[in-house]
Amino acid sequence: MVTKLKGAYGSGLEPLTYLGQNYMVVDRSLIPEILQVLRNEEQFDYCVDLTAMHYPKRDKQFDVLWVLYSYARNERIRVKTLIADGESLPSSVPIWVTANWLEREVFDMFGIKFDGHPDMKRILLPDGWKGHPLRKDYGILQQDNEWVQINLGIESGQ
Amino acid sequence: MHWNMTDQNTSLSPLDLETPEKPFLDANELVINMGPQHPATHGVLRVILRLDGERVMGLECVIGYLHRGVEKIGEHRTYTMFNPYVDRMDYVAAVSNGLGYCETVEKLLGVEAPPRAQYIRVILTELNRMASHQLWLGTHALDIGAITPLFYTFRDREEILKIFEKYCGARLTTHAFRIGGLQYEAYDGFEKDVKNFVSFVAPKIDEYEELLTTNRIWLERTKGVGIISGKDCIALGVTGPVLRASGVKWDLRKAQPYANYKNFDFDIPVGQNGDTYDRYIVRMAEFRQSLRIIQQAVDGIPEGPIMAKVPKVIKPPVGEVYHSIEAPKGELGYFIVSDGSTQPYRMRVRPPSFVNLQALDVMCRGAMVADVVAVIGTLDIVLGEVDR
Repeated sequence: MVTKLKGAYGSGLEPLTYLGQNYMVVDRSLIPEILQVLRNEEQFDYCVDLTAMHYPKRDKQFDVLWVLYSYARNERIRVKTLIADGESLPSSVPIWVTANWLEREVFDMFGIKFDGHPDMKRILLPDGWKGHPLRKDYGILQQDNEWVQINLGIESGQ
Repeated sequence: MHWNMTDQNTSLSPLDLETPEKPFLDANELVINMGPQHPATHGVLRVILRLDGERVMGLECVIGYLHRGVEKIGEHRTYTMFNPYVDRMDYVAAVSNGLGYCETVEKLLGVEAPPRAQYIRVILTELNRMASHQLWLGTHALDIGAITPLFYTFRDREEILKIFEKYCGARLTTHAFRIGGLQYEAYDGFEKDVKNFVSFVAPKIDEYEELLTTNRIWLERTKGVGIISGKDCIALGVTGPVLRASGVKWDLRKAQPYANYKNFDFDIPVGQNGDTYDRYIVRMAEFRQSLRIIQQAVDGIPEGPIMAKVPKVIKPPVGEVYHSIEAPKGELGYFIVSDGSTQPYRMRVRPPSFVNLQALDVMCRGAMVADVVAVIGTLDIVLGEVDR
């Protein structure tokens, strides 16, 4: 499968293996197409997880990651792409419905927007909260003090 | 006015129910709020229901009330220090959480727990699966109106918690495993206690079934309620007993065996209709399968060390790994990125409850308000895990 994809997309796709687990780093521009192909032609019908990682020192600060599983092949694959801060990604909700909440969580925690998502808003934190906690520049004790003071009527949540 | 029914000149009769010009009951859409503090939401879950009369047109879940930033905490603790935190996610199945976490870090380190540790891990995890299902059954039945099963299941769950307490001193947040093996050697009489428990609880499961399986009220409230097809389950990423009750025979213990599950003989129970009743039947069958596994494991515990050779300071090589286990609620996955230091660079938890809860909307459409309570119960969510 990987050689087939590699043949079709060339340098935009880099297949890797670590500890027996396969993943591929894909160019951002190829993302919707490759996810579509994996879902429709390679039978990766179950989107296990969708998450991101923050590398503040890099030019393209974020890794966005899809963990996919195929019931028919009993196989897992991870798809990763690199994007810059402020850049958005096309939503994968039309491909896997389950991406709905997962994308909302990525937005909530990292501030990455997904275009075409039916309801792009925070999920775990309150709607008015400022900041995205899983970014590396967000301190572990940091919080939106203003929100806490207005909504909870206390000086600090700590 | 005097009514004369035989009068041919009047077409009015008291039973002539033509649609009145102005409706007596306005049939506009009604939006009501359920929770976040509601006895049937199993924690702090808020559900906004859109209703037409008593029929649910759609709903939206509002979550995050228990958000503690577990993933962020994970990035600021060493691998060993984070271990007890995972118990606080799915706090009714803490042992499963610990197993998933320890196995993921072991994978990163390239070590494997010794056979004795593997056996004891399986026994404790399966005991925890039963405890989780017992808690589910008791509260789910209570939500629907059957009070008795709660007392039965809590009485028997106590015996499992006693084994945990004797093993590690804790009943719920056990922190039973260590990266590379076990926290403690099994206490004297552990095997005997487990064997006693197996023979004690086997007839009790029949007792639960006697209370509910053919109970007419239970059937009325669960059959055909909250139906979800296998295809929808896969599209929504739903796993665990909910997926299996919809007819998809998939269990990570068989599909991608971890720990030493491949050494044990057990079946994957499946349902057909994907309704609340089938999910109940599947979980009841899982009790018995868990007992089978425990029985085989306790008879085969080998002698030997309980810890693999793991460095005192855990520093996995640079890399990333995803590993998942079959928790009582579904697929529980951990994705860890190591940058070669003592702390994980990224600690992602893929909680089954969070993803399964997304199916609530699909399952409740067209149902009655009272059925929403049944469906929340049958999904078996734990809000500590949904919100992390």
